Amino acid sequence: MLKIDNLTAEIDGKTILNGLSLSINAGEVHAIMGPNGAGKSTLAYVLGGRPGYEVTGGSVSFMGKDLLDLEPHERAALGLFLGFQYPVEIPGVSNVQFLRESLNSQRKARGEDPLSGGDFLKLAREKAGLLKMDMEMLKRQVNVGFSGGEKKRAEMVQMGILDPTFAVLDETDSGLDIDALRIVGDGINAIMRKADKAVLLITHYQRLLDYVKPDFVHVLAAGRIVKTGGAELAHQLESEGYEAVAA
Amino acid sequence: MTDLAILPTTRDEDWRYADSDFLASADLRAINHWRTIEVPVGETRAELRAHFAGEAELGITDRLRVLVRKGGRFEGYYALGGSAYQRIELEVTLEDGAHFEFGGVTLGGGNKAQEFVTRVIHSQPNGTSNQIVRAVQWGKSTGNFLGRIEVVRGAQKTDAAQNFRALLLERGASANTKPELEIFADDVKCAHGAAIGALDETAAFYMAARGLPPEAAKRLLVQAFIGDAFAALKDDAARESILDRALEQLGDAV
Repeated sequence: MLKIDNLTAEIDGKTILNGLSLSINAGEVHAIMGPNGAGKSTLAYVLGGRPGYEVTGGSVSFMGKDLLDLEPHERAALGLFLGFQYPVEIPGVSNVQFLRESLNSQRKARGEDPLSGGDFLKLAREKAGLLKMDMEMLKRQVNVGFSGGEKKRAEMVQMGILDPTFAVLDETDSGLDIDALRIVGDGINAIMRKADKAVLLITHYQRLLDYVKPDFVHVLAAGRIVKTGGAELAHQLESEGYEAVAA
Repeated sequence: MTDLAILPTTRDEDWRYADSDFLASADLRAINHWRTIEVPVGETRAELRAHFAGEAELGITDRLRVLVRKGGRFEGYYALGGSAYQRIELEVTLEDGAHFEFGGVTLGGGNKAQEFVTRVIHSQPNGTSNQIVRAVQWGKSTGNFLGRIEVVRGAQKTDAAQNFRALLLERGASANTKPELEIFADDVKCAHGAAIGALDETAAFYMAARGLPPEAAKRLLVQAFIGDAFAALKDDAARESILDRALEQLGDAV
C-alpha cells in the first residue's frame, strides 16, 4: 500500500529525514516511536505534503502512485489521512460545513456523486457516536474552544467520516486522559482495523499501543529507522529507553 | 463636512486614498450628492447594498446621511466588489439611546481602491454604535476604512466600537485604516481594533489534508473572514445571498 524508499527531506536547509525506508501493507498497523527531534512529525508532514518540507531524495509510492508528485488535497482523495498532533482552529467555519465540503471534494476527485446534506448528517452522527462526541460539537466552529482531548477526538471523527485507506496519526494520544485514550483507541480500531486499510501511529508512549495493537514497531532516530520489531519492542522501549534499545 | 460644490482631491484627509483618475473626471454633482434617511423615534431602518457590477465604469461614490431619533436603530450592510474606485460614506447622528450597526466588506484585485468612510456622531447620551469592516484584497488593490467617532459634550454612557481587519491574499495588495476618536464626555466606552494579515497557511494546509482543493479552502476561509461583518444581519436569506455574491468576486483571485 505504502512504500517509502531511502527518503531524505529537509526544512530550511536542515536535513531531518536521512534515508528512511518503510513498507506498509494493507491490514497492518505500524507504530513509529523515537526521541524528540528524530523526525517523526516531519515524516507525517512529508507524507501529507506540507509546504516547507522539502524532499531531497528517495521515493514514496502510495496505492501504486508517486505520492510526492501529488498535491496535499489529491493525496487525501487518494485515501491518505493525516491526523494532526496539533489540530488547527478555523474560526467561522463549522465542522459540519468543513467536513461535508472536504468529503464531497474527495468524492468528486474520485468520480463519485456528492453526499446530500441529510446523508452527510446521518454519517456524521454515526461517526461522532463512535467517538462518544456530541453532535452539537460538530455544529461548532472547527476546533475553536475545544480542549486538547476534544480536538483529538474530533480528528478521529473526521477520520471516520472521510474513511481513508491509510492513516498517519501524529501523536493522536497526546493530551488525552485515560478514558479518552480508550475511546480514541477503540475508534481507531473500529474505523481502520480492516483488511484493506492500514495505519501508521506516531507516538512517544506505549499506552496507546495497549488499545491499538501494532503489528510492527519501528524506532526512528536521526531521521532513519534504526530498529524494527513486534509489539514487544514498544514495551522494551518503555522500560529501557530509546538510547539503550536503539544503540 | 460641507456640501459645497467643490471637487475633492487626494490632498483632502478624507479622500487621501481615493483614486485620482476618478476624482479628476468625476461628476461634480454626483460626487456631492448625499442620500438622507431619518429613522423615527423608536423605529428601525436597515439597508443592504452590494456594488459588484460596473467593472467598466471608473468609479462610484455613495454618500448617506442618517439621523437616528431617540431609541431608534439604523443598520447598514455594504459589500464592494466592482469598479476601479468605490467609496461608501456614511454620516450617522445618534440621539438618546439610538443604535447604529454597520457592516462593510471590500473584495478586490487589480488596481482597485475600495473604501468605507464613516462619521458617527453620538449627539446625546446612551447611544451605541458597532462598526465591523473586513477587507479582502489581492493584485495591487487597496481596501480602506476611515472611521471617525465623535462623542459630544454630555453624551454620557455612549458605547462605540469599531473593528477593521484586512486579509491580503497577495503581496502587493494593501489596506489602510484610520480610526479617529473625538470624545468630549467622560463616561463613555469607545473601542477600536485593527489587524492586517495574510491567509492562514496552517489552516490552508489543514484543509488541504482533508481533501479541499486550494480554491475551495480559500473560499471557505474568506467566507468565515467576511462573515463577521454581516453577523448582526438577522435575515438569514439576505445574509447568505450577500455572502455568496461577495464570494463570487473571488473568482479571479489567486
